[in-house]
Amino acid sequence: MRARFTARGAAAAKRASRLSQTLRRLGLLACLPLLLGATEPKLVPDVSQTQIDIAYSFTGAELLLFGAILYPDGRPPAGTDVAVVIKGPSEPLLVREKAKVAGIWINHASERFRSVPSFYAVASSRPLKDLVSPRTAAIYEIGIDNLLLSPANGSSANEQARFEAGLIDLKRRSGLYAEHPAAVSVREGVLYRASVPIPARVPVGAYTAETYLIRNGRIVAAATRRIEVGKSGFERFVAGAATDFPLLYGLAAIGLSLLLGWLAAIGFARARR
Amino acid sequence: MHLYLPIAGLSVNALVIVLLGGAVGILSGMFGVGGGFLTTPLLIFYGVPPAVAVASSATQITGASVSGVLAHSRRQGVDFRLGAVLVAGGATGSLIGGFIFRLLQKSGQIDTIIGLLYVALLGWIGLAMARESARAVVAGWRGTPPPPVTTQRHRKWIAALPFRWRFYGAGLYISPLAPFLLGLITGLLTVLMGVGGGFILVPAMLYVLGVSARVVVGTSLFQGLFVTAATTLVHALTTHAVDLVLAGLLLVGSVTGAQIGSQVVQQVRPERARMMLALIVLTVAIRMALGLTWHPDALYTVQLL
Repeated sequence: MRARFTARGAAAAKRASRLSQTLRRLGLLACLPLLLGATEPKLVPDVSQTQIDIAYSFTGAELLLFGAILYPDGRPPAGTDVAVVIKGPSEPLLVREKAKVAGIWINHASERFRSVPSFYAVASSRPLKDLVSPRTAAIYEIGIDNLLLSPANGSSANEQARFEAGLIDLKRRSGLYAEHPAAVSVREGVLYRASVPIPARVPVGAYTAETYLIRNGRIVAAATRRIEVGKSGFERFVAGAATDFPLLYGLAAIGLSLLLGWLAAIGFARARR
Repeated sequence: MHLYLPIAGLSVNALVIVLLGGAVGILSGMFGVGGGFLTTPLLIFYGVPPAVAVASSATQITGASVSGVLAHSRRQGVDFRLGAVLVAGGATGSLIGGFIFRLLQKSGQIDTIIGLLYVALLGWIGLAMARESARAVVAGWRGTPPPPVTTQRHRKWIAALPFRWRFYGAGLYISPLAPFLLGLITGLLTVLMGVGGGFILVPAMLYVLGVSARVVVGTSLFQGLFVTAATTLVHALTTHAVDLVLAGLLLVGSVTGAQIGSQVVQQVRPERARMMLALIVLTVAIRMALGLTWHPDALYTVQLL
């Protein structure tokens, strides 16, 4: 009983610490311009596409993020690193865990997560652990293990961690969560470029690309760009029709299959004659 | 050649899907089964989300059945009266199935139930078919006439049902309740497993109802055509999981394959063809059984809330 209470307590403490982290993060972002002042550098980021179109031949994309670092005194100091975080829209998820019951594997336990980024990729100029302190990484959610997924079941911290690990492993395997250390190159301390692969299974929605300028484990400048991932042309039409006009869509599907079947029947009958 | 599937949300090799449809089409042309029992698991194995695989393979079976129904009806191979009763049962079954599907989806056990259904049904039918066809093949080698298939033309419980109708094509005088019930069961399976139900319907009509062999395949295709069309509509309205591009690709392959299959079957001895189908069915059943008992590749699954 006692163990359970302490576990509950730990979970609550973890939640509280997460809340304070979020608050701290918001506070930091708010006073970032003040902190940076005139002596701190400025980021001028850009992306190769602010709109990724999923068309019939879409097999994934290569997103190029590049930009310049402006220094007030014009002289770039040594040891400048850049990390780029690309995040897809967050969604609530139910994660199920299988267990062996009577010889077969069935879904056994489950855990809800309130906000799981549908896509998360981080590219950096050096491995993340050499780049930022764990604290900073946690505050800015840099690195897959630092994502705040907001488990909502109120189960023990251990259990939550287990489900979180399972979820992240699943996302990693499908290529939706990825870390690309050394994918950012910084030239002469003033120009940076990163190329991040976007897999074909990428979910649609509004994405953000956050660029962080890092020096001595500290984030000294940050900038955000929005990227829209959407279906285009015929794909958009089909996906839209399926949700907006389901009856017509269903009838069209039946009609199409009847037509194709009938055409084949008369076609082959002709060919045989 | 890669093509993006707008509903499934992934990019697939179009040629693989067309060939998959073609292989399944050959089977449907040969045996009068829709082939959904192969399409659905293979699509899921390829990475298509289960709901999309089930819904789109139902759409595909509709198209694949058309040429078969036309061909059989020209040869008087469809008992439309029996077909209509089966369709009525099938429609009722698909509505009930839709309700069960949602219930199982909510509790997270849909995948296990689908797997168990596949193992139980395919294992049973595959074994029965393998035994029967093996006997026929062995008899063929020995030069003895094949052992007669014991069909009870009059089962007591079916004969006991009230309101008998005459089904001329099928050569039956039975209560419509029996085929209605049979149709209902296949309708349930269509929704839950994404199969046309031919592999249940054909043996059940032959061995349980005692329908004349001449109209069995045609009537089964007729029922499958309407019930899968209804299922497509149910999925389009509720799960929005019908992928037109996926169904189209499968169709291009399967309508072609069906024509090839109907030619091939005339050159193969029927008992050998049945043996082949039995082996395919058993392979799928064993694969599904292994999938249920082996340590799964991913212990965790995700569902959008």
